[in-house]
Amino acid sequence: MSDVMVKAANVHKSFGHVEVLKGIDLEVKNGEVFCLLGPSGSGKSTFLRCINHLERVTAGRLSVEGELIGYREVGDKLHEMKPKEIAAQRRDIGMVFQRFNLFPHLTALENVMQAPMKIRGVSKAEARTQALALLDRVGLSSRVDNYPGQLSGGQQQRVAIARALAMKPKLMLFDEPTSALDPELVGEVLDVMKDLAREGMTMIVVTHEIGFAREVADTVVFMDGGVVVEAGSPSQVIDNPQHDRTKSFLSKVL
Amino acid sequence: MSVAAPEAIKAVPIRHYGQWATAAVVIVAVGALVWSVGTNDAIQWNVVGDYLFRPEIFHGIGITLALTAFSMVAGIIGGILLAVMRLSGNPVLRTVSTGYLWIFRGTPVLVQLVIWFNLGLVFPAIGIGSLSTSTNDLISPFGAALLALALNEAAYMTEIVRGGILSVDPGQTEAAHALGYSGAKTMRLIVLPQAMRVIVPPTGNEVITMLKTTSLVYAIGAQDLFTEAYNFGSKNFTLFEMYLVACFWYLAMTTILTTLQSRLEKKYAKGSHAVPAGPGFGRVIGKVRMLRSPEGGAR
Ligand SMILES: Nc1ncnc2c1ncn2[C@@H]1O[C@H](COP(=O)(O)OP(=O)(O)OP(=O)(O)O)[C@@H](O)[C@H]1O
Ligand SMILES: [Mg+2]
Repeated sequence: MSDVMVKAANVHKSFGHVEVLKGIDLEVKNGEVFCLLGPSGSGKSTFLRCINHLERVTAGRLSVEGELIGYREVGDKLHEMKPKEIAAQRRDIGMVFQRFNLFPHLTALENVMQAPMKIRGVSKAEARTQALALLDRVGLSSRVDNYPGQLSGGQQQRVAIARALAMKPKLMLFDEPTSALDPELVGEVLDVMKDLAREGMTMIVVTHEIGFAREVADTVVFMDGGVVVEAGSPSQVIDNPQHDRTKSFLSKVL
Repeated sequence: MSVAAPEAIKAVPIRHYGQWATAAVVIVAVGALVWSVGTNDAIQWNVVGDYLFRPEIFHGIGITLALTAFSMVAGIIGGILLAVMRLSGNPVLRTVSTGYLWIFRGTPVLVQLVIWFNLGLVFPAIGIGSLSTSTNDLISPFGAALLALALNEAAYMTEIVRGGILSVDPGQTEAAHALGYSGAKTMRLIVLPQAMRVIVPPTGNEVITMLKTTSLVYAIGAQDLFTEAYNFGSKNFTLFEMYLVACFWYLAMTTILTTLQSRLEKKYAKGSHAVPAGPGFGRVIGKVRMLRSPEGGAR
C-alpha cells in the first residue's frame, strides 16, 4: 500500500462552458497537512469539493487511497458510480465548511451523534460516548445540549469539526474554516486543527491564514486561474516564492 | 445652562367622523338582517334548537371529522412524496409529479368526487383475473369521498411541502452528503425536519379548508354533516333550519381549528428571521419526533 492519500492527475472541472480547474496535478501523502492558497475564484473550493464528489470531475483522474472518486474504471472506460457507492466513499472523508452547516434542529451532541448512528449503524450509547469525547476534545463539553443557534461561530465550527471526526475519516477537507469568524474566534478553531495535525490526520486546508500554513503545513500549494502555480514546503512557497503571481498574492494577504 | 422642557403638546385629535358613520350603517344593516331572519315566520327557530343535537347530526359530524382527518393524513403523505419527486433529479419522477398536479389542481374537486364515485360505470370490475371485485362494492360513497379528497389534497400539499424543502439552506444537504448520508436519509433526517417550520402553518389552513370542502361529498351521499342535515331536513320539511344547524356546527369546528392554527403559527413564527435555529425551534421538532417515534420518547 502506497503512502499517497490523494492523487490528482490532470484534473479538469468545467461548469458548462466555463473551465474552472484546468489540469491540476498534485499528491497528498498520508498524514500530511496540505494547504491550498490562492485568490478568490482560483478554484480552491471547487478542487476540494471534487475530492468528495460534491462536484464531479470532468476530465483527468482523482483518487483517494488509489480508488477513483465517483467513477469506476472498467477497461479503459469510466462508469459513473451509484449514489450508494459515492455515499460510501464520502463516509471516509470529513469536510468542514466555511459556513459551518451544522444541523440547526439538532443539539451539538446530536449533530455529532447522528451520522455514526444513522450511517455507520453505531449503537446510541456508543455514539453518545464517542460524541461526548469528541466535543470534550474540541473544548465544548459544557455546550453539548446547546443548539447551533445558541453557539458562537467559533464554537459552531468546532462542533462541525467534531461532527466530521465522528465518522472516523481518513482524510479531512477544510474549506476556509475560519473565514466566516470574527477575528477573536479564529484562534480557537485553528488550535483544534493544529491538534488534529499533530495527531497525524491527513488534512487538506483551503485557507487565507498564512501564519497557520507556515506553522502547520507540510506542503503549501498556490493556485491561480484553475492551475497550480507553485507547490512546496512553506518556507519555499511562502517565504521564498518564485512566481510573480505568488509574490503579488502573498504581498496582499501578509 | 438648562433649557426648560417645552410644554407638552395638547393638540385637538382628528375626529374620525367617517368611522362613526360607517359603524352606524353597519349596525343598522346587521340589526335589520338579524331582525328579519330572527322574526321570520318561515324559519322555525325552535326546530333549529331541537335538531342541533340529533343523533343523525352527530353521526354526520363524525363522518366529516373522519373525512377531514384521513384525507389530510393521506394528502400530506402524498404531498411529501410528490414534492420529493418534483425536486428529484429523475426526469421521469419529475414529469409524473408535474402531470399529477396539472390534472388534480386543474379540475374541480366536485367533479373529481363524482368521477371516483361513478368509476363503476366505466370499470365495472377492478382487479386482475380471479382477484377482481365489483367496483361498486369496492368504492363506497365514503371510500370515493376519501379517495377524491386525499388525491386532491395531495396536489395542494405538494406545493406547500416543496416550498418548505426549498426554504432549507442547500448547505444542509451538502453537509449531509459530505458525511455520507444517502439522498433519502438526507431528506428524512435533515431537510424535512427543517422544512417543517415552513410547512406546518399553511397545512393548518389546509385542514380548515378541508373541513369545509368535505361538505361537497353530499353530492355522492357520503353521510357527512351536510348530507345528514340535508336528508333530515328534506324528510321533515325543515330544510332551511337544517342548513342553519349545519352552519352552526361547521362554524364551531372551524373556530376551534382556527384557534389551534393561530397558536401553531405563533409558535413557528418565533425566531424565523434570526439564525435558522433557536432552542424553541429545536424543541418543536423534538416534540414532532417524539410524537412520531417511540424511541424518541426517552430523550
Ligand atoms: N456551481 C457553479 N456553477 C458555475 N460556476 C461556478 C460554480 N461553482 C464555482 N463556480 C465558479 O468557479 C470559479 C472558482 O470558484 P471556487 O469557489 O472554486 O473559487 P475559490 O478559489 O474557492 O474562491 P474563494 O476564495 O472566493 O472561495 C469561480 O469563478 C466561480 O464563479
Ligand atoms: Mg472557496
